[in-house]
Amino acid sequence: MTPLDYDFLRGFLKTRSGLVLSNDKQYLIESRLMPIVRKHGMTGISELVQKLKAPGAESLAAKVTEAMTTNESFFFRDKTPFDHFKEVMLPAMLKARAAKRHVRIWCAAASTGQEPYSLAMILKEMGPQLAGWRFEIIGTDLSGEVLERAKAGIYSQFEVQRGLPIQMLLKYFIQNGDQWTISPEIRSMVHYRTLNLLNDFSALGQFDIVYCRNVLIYFDQPTKIDVLNRTAKLTAPDGYLLLGAAETVVGLTDSFKPIADRRGLYAPTVKAPAGAAAAPAKVFAVAGGRPL
Amino acid sequence: MKTCLVVDDSSVIRKVARRILEGLGFAIEEAEDGQKALEFCYGTMPEAILLDWNMPVMDGYEFLRELRKLPGGQAPKVVFCTTENDVAHIARAMHAGANEYIMKPFDKDIVEAKFAEVGLI
Ligand SMILES: C[S@@+](CC[C@H](N)C(=O)[O-])C[C@H]1O[C@@H](n2cnc3c(N)ncnc32)[C@H](O)[C@@H]1O
Repeated sequence: MTPLDYDFLRGFLKTRSGLVLSNDKQYLIESRLMPIVRKHGMTGISELVQKLKAPGAESLAAKVTEAMTTNESFFFRDKTPFDHFKEVMLPAMLKARAAKRHVRIWCAAASTGQEPYSLAMILKEMGPQLAGWRFEIIGTDLSGEVLERAKAGIYSQFEVQRGLPIQMLLKYFIQNGDQWTISPEIRSMVHYRTLNLLNDFSALGQFDIVYCRNVLIYFDQPTKIDVLNRTAKLTAPDGYLLLGAAETVVGLTDSFKPIADRRGLYAPTVKAPAGAAAAPAKVFAVAGGRPL
Repeated sequence: MKTCLVVDDSSVIRKVARRILEGLGFAIEEAEDGQKALEFCYGTMPEAILLDWNMPVMDGYEFLRELRKLPGGQAPKVVFCTTENDVAHIARAMHAGANEYIMKPFDKDIVEAKFAEVGLI
């Protein structure tokens, strides 16, 4: 791969997925793209770059973009984001949405599905308390390939042993040799669709809870800010945002603010409409303990 | 420092488990079968037990049932670690009072995740 090839690929990936590569990541490109090069019988990365530059390379371009994504995920990853769900967000929503009984959750980088399925299992565990409620969980990702895996819901023995309590494995998975398939009752609680966060996603509608974890880390600052601000626009005023352990809004945008003592949890900044003092007061009461 | 009793008839597995668990801050004791493990527990109850299933003399399942009958025998957190990887075995172990279950092969990440799950770390 020539330095020019590398520069082209950096620019290409930045535009396609927001992925920012420092100038020493040639090895990463090699290890991720050589399988594509071989599969298509090309001679090397340089030929791949030539093909990408040619018109009509959309399908190849998508493959290259997907191959460069990092898809690692596990059930109940980092644990606290799911404690926040049980201890803060769900109780708040059960009060705030008592009339509608409808809550919408978005996993904005759902990858192979462990995150949305973890939320679905928590909801299932709540049992009859949620009878009559509708919880919509939507998982999106740039990569159609990982979403196919998410939809299939088949995990290796290794994948079901990092973070997933054994009792939940017994309850919500069906064993098939050393593979474990998520049960239909959990799978049917989650809907998937491909979505690039760089594109307009306002058509998804409003969400009460947004999990956007371990994806902003790959973006540069302006992209992070843009994604966060557009996310704020479709987060309910009394809704929540969850970021990954290495991510924050601090220093990037005022559209969300951190919730004290709840690592990774954020609330949209509610702008008090002029002359409507009662409305935000209601929101505060519902949020319970949220330092606004 | 918490003590973890590693019960496995394979000295290789005991060594691997010891290295991982020492890395997680445990003091390690070893036993090569359920009988020896039980004798250790008559003396001192460890905080944690990493338990193989198939072993000569007394197997892990039998050991667990005896352990849970002992005075103070409810206290140790028992994490099975075995090649018995089917639902029936897992359910039986949990029913007999196991706290968690590791399906072999295992690595540091899995041990760490499972020990965290039962509140040992
Ligand atoms: C490390 S995974 C995070 C999975 C899960 N949220 C978690 O924290 O375990 C990152 C995911 O972000 C996706 N991704 C990367 N760039 C994206 C973009 N521009 N739009 C949507 N998804 C993107 C990747 O395909 C990958 O599946």
